[in-house]
Amino acid sequence: MLTTEQKPLEQLLEYLDREKSVFLIGCRGCAEGCHTGGEQEVLDMKQRLEEAGKTITGTSLIDFMCNESLVRMTLQAHEDAILSAESLLALCCGIGVQATSSVVDKIVHPGCNTVSMGGRHGEWREGERCMECGDCVLEFTGGICPIARCSKMLLNGPCGGSSDGKCEVSPDVPCAWQLIIERLTKLGRLDKLERIVAPKDWSVSLMSGAASKR
Amino acid sequence: MSKLQQALDSGKFVITGEIGPPKGVDIERCLEDAEKLRGQVVAINVTDLQSAVMRVGSLALCTKLVERKLEPVFQLTCRDRNRLALQSDLLSAWTLGIRNVLCLTGDHPVLGDDRDAKPVYDIDSVQLLKAASFLNGGHDMSGHELEGKPDFFLGAVVTPTAEPLEPQIIKMEKKIAAGAKFFQTQAVYEPESFERFMNETQSFTVPVIAGIVVLKSAAMARFMNQNVAGINVPEELVQEMANTKSEDRKKKAVNITARIIRQLKPLCQGVHIMPLGWDDLIPEIIKEAELN
Repeated sequence: MLTTEQKPLEQLLEYLDREKSVFLIGCRGCAEGCHTGGEQEVLDMKQRLEEAGKTITGTSLIDFMCNESLVRMTLQAHEDAILSAESLLALCCGIGVQATSSVVDKIVHPGCNTVSMGGRHGEWREGERCMECGDCVLEFTGGICPIARCSKMLLNGPCGGSSDGKCEVSPDVPCAWQLIIERLTKLGRLDKLERIVAPKDWSVSLMSGAASKR
Repeated sequence: MSKLQQALDSGKFVITGEIGPPKGVDIERCLEDAEKLRGQVVAINVTDLQSAVMRVGSLALCTKLVERKLEPVFQLTCRDRNRLALQSDLLSAWTLGIRNVLCLTGDHPVLGDDRDAKPVYDIDSVQLLKAASFLNGGHDMSGHELEGKPDFFLGAVVTPTAEPLEPQIIKMEKKIAAGAKFFQTQAVYEPESFERFMNETQSFTVPVIAGIVVLKSAAMARFMNQNVAGINVPEELVQEMANTKSEDRKKKAVNITARIIRQLKPLCQGVHIMPLGWDDLIPEIIKEAELN
């Protein structure tokens, strides 16, 4: 069970600031269990966003959003609604956001913070995809996690050790920031990198040990 | 105001040098290296556990330079300290007379000699610049008021010959927004690609000090090409060094360094010479590069 909490609505509206239309996705797996992204929460979110003046071009519920092929298959059925939306909002764990980003060439906003894996790391097993940091930054990074995939967990761009798309720690490790920049370039959203991302709140991460605020 | 800041403000072409603290407590040789730079450079960088190798800290040797009336540039990386330690070391540095700070990410611990260390990177170089700017403004990162505020001259680094270049430029802009008042670059051996970088960043009005590492041998050049991101020593230079007899290498190092500096000079606001122990060559390099 991956434990998630919905991000505050103000934060989500800030993410959606430049956009009028959005496609909404929920997860029938852990997020439904946490009451953060099941059927009811998707309906509630739809209503709250519509009240805030957004157009919801469609919604979809996926059994396990950590299953990349299932996400791909399910979203294919919603192709028109997704294409007519400016972005997607995913109410699920960080893995679900990344799985969605990997199959849709649009910005996928994270609707939740992943606060705990509870011993399970989702179904997408290619590599470390979520560090359960509790303060999801996928919004700024094109759906590629710099906490899980940058050796230095950098939030504001690559270090000087990035070379030809590889990390300084090993030529076998891709530079996460290179991937992020390629992805945002493809989406025409390099502007997402202009803002200085604030220092992270590590007190909500399990790395704070027993003192974690959770 | 620091001498470095005054020099850059006045539009003078600046020369800075660098020393690396030793692994162990015998700091005399390192201080002798610094002494050789007296009167030659406006400020001396002191590296912060360069290459992630454990050694004497930058803060201690910067203080020693201040005591000797040599102006240090305090290199500060995000690798080993969290935000409490970084801010505290900045306040300490000010009380010790240090005025210039160069904010860096820091090489990853796996590249150094304590490979099992826990990397810190609590904040990144952009956020560190911002934190130091906050301190300059009289508040810490969490907004608490300081009893007496510093007034650091803040610098940052950029890799002008990186492939691809765009990510470096995006981050450079953020560093400027976060308070960087000067840039020092990774070592440059290709004036043409440096010129491309300077053209692309023309709209940024922050002074750029081009870095140059004194080439000691062909083997060293090859090592840097293979192991240091963003450094590319062209094959002609490697060959030039390889074809030099070992007793003539110092002379050749002076020739090459001075030649590159002459090519870089019209493009930027200064050079940062990293002699890596060959500090006694600095006067000759400056003379041959016609920087006097």
